Amino acid sequence: METRTLRPWFAVFVLPTLAAFLVAFLIPFVMGLWLSFTRFTTVTDAAFVGLENYTAALADADFLRALGFTALFAAVAIVTVNLFAFSLALLLTRGLRGTNLFRSVFFLPNLIGGIVLGYIWNLLINGILGLWGVDITYAASYGFWGLVALTNWQLIGYMMVIYIAGLQNVPGELLEAASIDGAGAWTTLWRVKLPLVMPSVTICTFLTLTNAFKMFDQNLALTAGAPEGETRMLALDIYQTFYGRVGWQGVGQAKAVLFFLLVAGLALLQLRLTRRREVEG
Amino acid sequence: MIHDRSRTGNRIAVILLAVLAAVFLVPVVLVLINSFKSRLYIATDPFSLPDSTTFVGVQNYLTGLTAAGFPAAFGRSLFITVAGVALIVLGASMTAWYLVRVRTRLTRVLYYLFVFSMVVPFQMVMYTLTYVVGRLGLDTVLGIVPVYLGFGAGLSVFMFAGFIKGVPVTVEEAATIDGAGPLQTFFHVVFPILRPTAVTVAILNAMWIWNDYLLPYLVLGTRQKTVPVTIQIAMQGAYGATDLGGLMAMLVLAILPIMIFYLFGQRYIIKGVIAGAVKG
Repeated sequence: METRTLRPWFAVFVLPTLAAFLVAFLIPFVMGLWLSFTRFTTVTDAAFVGLENYTAALADADFLRALGFTALFAAVAIVTVNLFAFSLALLLTRGLRGTNLFRSVFFLPNLIGGIVLGYIWNLLINGILGLWGVDITYAASYGFWGLVALTNWQLIGYMMVIYIAGLQNVPGELLEAASIDGAGAWTTLWRVKLPLVMPSVTICTFLTLTNAFKMFDQNLALTAGAPEGETRMLALDIYQTFYGRVGWQGVGQAKAVLFFLLVAGLALLQLRLTRRREVEG
Repeated sequence: MIHDRSRTGNRIAVILLAVLAAVFLVPVVLVLINSFKSRLYIATDPFSLPDSTTFVGVQNYLTGLTAAGFPAAFGRSLFITVAGVALIVLGASMTAWYLVRVRTRLTRVLYYLFVFSMVVPFQMVMYTLTYVVGRLGLDTVLGIVPVYLGFGAGLSVFMFAGFIKGVPVTVEEAATIDGAGPLQTFFHVVFPILRPTAVTVAILNAMWIWNDYLLPYLVLGTRQKTVPVTIQIAMQGAYGATDLGGLMAMLVLAILPIMIFYLFGQRYIIKGVIAGAVKG
């Protein structure tokens, strides 16, 4: 359709979505930015306080502990999820019997919502720990490894599918040439397959990273931060600053802005890295 | 010789995969088994199969569910998901087509705003969104539907626009010459071409809205609970007072629609869910 004919139809094609976008995203976003520089208890009584909320946020022990917990969790999740996912992808690209069925089973947990996932694992982990008379809130390390197990269960199948796609793009002639040159399975893996699926590795690393940093529902349902808020991740800490600490709304919003900058920064970095790899490839 | 070795290797690989697949299914099967056990035996002994003392038939599905208001929540979740997905597919595809075909400074700015919204985590707008939505009276089951359109528009517009950029304008121009207006052209010519992307967008948003907890909890509160909110609220009760039997039944019924959906459209679902992440 020509621009000239279509142009007057803005109100029909764009306006409804734009109105919803303004209400649900753009206005709240701008308000959120502004409120992070104010002290408020309801949105209407905001008083400008400069960077006070940001200094309070960065000096808040809970926030820093949540940041540390989240970062450590993300690091462990990245290594475990990708290792398992890549291994499964290698096994599922050998043309074995039942490949499709296995792939379906491994992918399934990814479709289950965070709250439901959290309570499923709550039952499972507390059932096991119950044999020793404790539950997941007994120590922070229990909650940490519980979250790692849950995240692996949720994300392995997902990353596996991305790795399978990457491995299927490795040209058959290359593998044949390697085998003619006498390369064993191990050498082929390290020298041929792995370098060629590096774009998938980058994508999966960042997906695990952003997933780990944004995690909320699973954290709430599995431990809710127990014991003593020691297993609280960033998103949950922001939530509890808003709704659990009276007079801290401004600090909560400042934490949310910092959180946004962190997550958006990671997303942009991912985009740049994957783009560059594509050019090189 | 080599052939034999790789065949044995393959057999070991299949056995390994089968064991892993079984392990993967344990959590789901565990919930299913416990949903048929009496609430008194779930926390103390979740790993045993129901026996004559612990088996309660479908009692958890009857009393446990109704006590927590689950049937109404199920209906609400279903309505919000279906209406939200329909509105997002319609709104985002129309918007994307206009933004791609009409090149002005305004459309360029709008496109980048939509793309930008994809990298903003929910916590950034959580508090103010709840306020704005409340002020506008959109804190109802019907009102939350356009809120989903607004918050979901970014990714969906981006995905539709990516596809439309690769569609030649000539087909649309032929329709214009035949006297079709923009609406006819869009619905009779453009939208059918967008179908594969529409399926992907629909699946992605359906998964998100059905499983979403925080937005409906903040906007609709506990008066009009959705499925995830009902589950979370049921568990927040005093420890020991929670009806674990009812909870198991709720977990099963929260997963069931996804399972059925997955059984029929597995290929599309895997493709759709992956497409959303790689781009976003």
